[in-house]
Amino acid sequence: MKRPQLERPALLEARAIQRLYGPGKGCEEIDFTLHQGEVLGIVGESGSGKSTLLRVLSGLEAPDRGQVVYHAGEAGSVGGSPGKDEALDLYAISEARRRALLRMEWGLVHQNPRDGLRLGVSAGANVGERLMALGQRHYGELRAAGQDWMGRVELDPARIDDAPQTFSGGMQQRLQIARTLVTQPRLVFMDEPTGGLDVSVQARLLDMLRTLTRELGLSVILVTHDLAVARLLAHRLMVMRRGRVVEAGLTDQILDDPQHPYTQLLVSSVLTP
Amino acid sequence: MYVAVKGGEKAIANAHRWMADRRRGARDQRELEVSQVQQQLGLAVDRVMAEASLYDPELAALALKQASGDTVEAVFLLRAYRTTLPRLAETLPVDTGAMRIERRISATFKDVPGGQVLGPTYDYTHRLLDFMLLAGVEVETDTPAPQGAEEGLEACPQILDCLNHEGLIEREEDDGSEPYDITRDPPDFPVDRATRLQMLARGDEGYLLALGYSTQRGYGRNHPFAGEIRQGAVEVEIEVEGFDGPVCVGEIAMSECQMINQFAGSGDTAPQFTRGYGLAFGRNERKTMAMALVDRALRAEELGEPIQSPAQQAEFVLAHADSVEASGFVSHLKLPHYVDFQSELELIRRLRREHAERTAATAEAVSDTQAASARPAPGDGDKADPEKTQAKNVQENVR
Amino acid sequence: MNTAIDSGYNFAYLDEQTKRMIRRALLKAVAIPGYQVPFGGREMPMPYGWGTGGMQLTASVLGADDTLKVIDQGADDTTNAVSIRAFFERVAGVETTTATAQASVIQTRHRIPEKTLRADQILIFQVPIPEPLRFIEPSEEETRVMHALEEYGVMHVKLYEDIAHHGHIATTYAYPVKVDGRYVMDPSPIPKFDNPKLHMSEALMLFGAGREKRLYAIPPHTRVESLDFEDHPFEIQAWDEPCAICGATDSYLDEVIIDDQGARMFVCSDTDYCNSRSEEKA
Repeated sequence: MKRPQLERPALLEARAIQRLYGPGKGCEEIDFTLHQGEVLGIVGESGSGKSTLLRVLSGLEAPDRGQVVYHAGEAGSVGGSPGKDEALDLYAISEARRRALLRMEWGLVHQNPRDGLRLGVSAGANVGERLMALGQRHYGELRAAGQDWMGRVELDPARIDDAPQTFSGGMQQRLQIARTLVTQPRLVFMDEPTGGLDVSVQARLLDMLRTLTRELGLSVILVTHDLAVARLLAHRLMVMRRGRVVEAGLTDQILDDPQHPYTQLLVSSVLTP
Repeated sequence: MYVAVKGGEKAIANAHRWMADRRRGARDQRELEVSQVQQQLGLAVDRVMAEASLYDPELAALALKQASGDTVEAVFLLRAYRTTLPRLAETLPVDTGAMRIERRISATFKDVPGGQVLGPTYDYTHRLLDFMLLAGVEVETDTPAPQGAEEGLEACPQILDCLNHEGLIEREEDDGSEPYDITRDPPDFPVDRATRLQMLARGDEGYLLALGYSTQRGYGRNHPFAGEIRQGAVEVEIEVEGFDGPVCVGEIAMSECQMINQFAGSGDTAPQFTRGYGLAFGRNERKTMAMALVDRALRAEELGEPIQSPAQQAEFVLAHADSVEASGFVSHLKLPHYVDFQSELELIRRLRREHAERTAATAEAVSDTQAASARPAPGDGDKADPEKTQAKNVQENVR
Repeated sequence: MNTAIDSGYNFAYLDEQTKRMIRRALLKAVAIPGYQVPFGGREMPMPYGWGTGGMQLTASVLGADDTLKVIDQGADDTTNAVSIRAFFERVAGVETTTATAQASVIQTRHRIPEKTLRADQILIFQVPIPEPLRFIEPSEEETRVMHALEEYGVMHVKLYEDIAHHGHIATTYAYPVKVDGRYVMDPSPIPKFDNPKLHMSEALMLFGAGREKRLYAIPPHTRVESLDFEDHPFEIQAWDEPCAICGATDSYLDEVIIDDQGARMFVCSDTDYCNSRSEEKA
């Protein structure tokens, strides 16, 4: 009997990943699968290895051992032929292809917006850059897209010609998100997207992120130390401690009924919203 | 009526005659002899040889004379000559350990095998102008000849090798690979250390000095100690077919500086001292010290140090070190740029015209609004005037 | 006919080994249009930045029966053009000319002659900074990767900014082009007025950057497109008046200030073009 497909197709797989700088520093024995349209939260304290893991997953730093497998293959994907799933071993493909993936199919939202923005050029040029990299050559359309996306991240579209330096930290983060999402990437990595912002600014940004991920059906790997952020955005969670995953599962399950003592400690130390 | 500028040829010829006249100076003075430059302005000659990367004191002196003492120009003259020379042979690496020492000091050990040898140096002189020199009093009539100047001292061991025996300092290994030749091949960044050292060796002394200095002031700090500085003559050897051993073809004076720097070690390696290295033709002590500082700073990446300062950025440091390249490109701004400038003129006029049109249009729009709206409230200052505020907004939006 | 050669130097100054090395690099450049080929540039007896790259290329392709023309800013009689021409007269003894049509090799700084070039002519450009991405990305290591991966989006970011702030693309010279649909290339600081002459040219175009030790080429009949936007297409400069000397309306004009009140006139930057038109009229 043919069974209905319960799980959505896999997009990214981590297979026995290890990247250590010293004993307990870095990450090891990481295995998981991210499915399309899923938001996976990686939580843990600073030093737990979650940022190292994110760098490995997003193609920025090769692991000592293990594989990161990306399932390319949709129409328009730089990975492979249309409609056919092709599993790419991220660190076995050429640098050219890896960089092309980063540029065209993936997006990376840095904790510090200044790392993700081109500070010397206007907000509009920042939003338009990825489109131009994909070959968009119509100034009017680039501008329209810029204004549209500034509106979607709740920035005043009239400020399209202003430099990012004139924006507040929260606005810069919105701009970075707009710049990343404008090409509708298949996979988005976010590194503490609300870190370093005031609590009130954080709340609005989170709300906006939640709306956007839902509307666009984004696949996201989100790294955060903030369980409230994880609860709002992530479908599933992985809890990391000293470079290893100590617990993984559905977000509500983990936060409402933590099994591992470390997770219990983490959960009990924050006020539930 | 405009007459096109002609006569470049005549102008150039005249400029050259004029410069030659300037160089010669007043005719009632004796013409400076090249041999005098070579003998009495030896440090200038050495600097020119080092940065031109050609060991020829006579031609370096000639270049200095021809350039009216302009070091950068003299380096250029000698470099341009150097490039036309055939390459007859490649020498073996010079052995500075076998140097006939004339000066050799260490700041790390009070006494060292072979001893500290001060040699000829301006260190410890009081920087007082010597008016005897102005009066032209000959030295040898008043003062005895210096000791040790005749024979030179025997070869003595490299001080850093002593640390080497204990494993306290990183070992430098010759992996036998053919070094890159910066005089033949274009730089291909990132470059290896051998290439880097070549580029630094012919780099401008003032530039290296400033960069080396910056590392001491915290921009890429690397805790240097002057492990050993030595000057003296080394043999230049080549291999000749038909002879068993290498054949010495002459001696050249060289300066070498080995810096000892701290390094904390990493997970895998025990703490060890690291090295910075400087080497130059002739008596170029300042240059070699600066070079050693910069060399060590440029090893930041290799040693896993954060790259945060100018002196640690290899492409930045190396691409701008050559005075021949730098002075050429800066001076080319003197060449005519009529065409490019014309393009910019045309654009800026157009932009200004458009700006004026926009401003005029805005002003018109504003005066229309003003006419249509009620009179401003009596007694209100500029600040409270809503129309003016609006006009300002409109202008800002246009911009 | 090497009679005019100063003794002590090889024909056209460079030794044959070096010339061969440069010619090999040139062949590679022709095979990969617009790609910057590193070459072992030599010191020349002229300062870097004054045309040493162009001179090395000229020296490498020059034969005894060639006729050489040298222009700077379009003119044969500007000081640097005079100096370079005199250099090759001295070290190669070749014939020189100021007439574009009679030259087989033309070395130029910042202009392309107005008269259309033929298949039997070579145009050699002096290039100060060969890397079109340099002012966006200062690292050579990074720009090489960007070329390799065709990561050129950032070039349009610059053009976008121009339009956003000025309403126009504000690049007027050294206007970047895409060669044969692949490499983005700096055409050297020629005014953008000259860019269309690069496209499908009959003549071989060679570019030499001495200080940066790079050379590149546009072979004959190669597509050369100036970067632009669909709704802000590339356009060239135009003048409201013709050349004050020859009356040309189709040439690049230099502005000449003729009195201290700021009065000015416009004349052809290409002196040979202007002279030959004036002579025809006379």
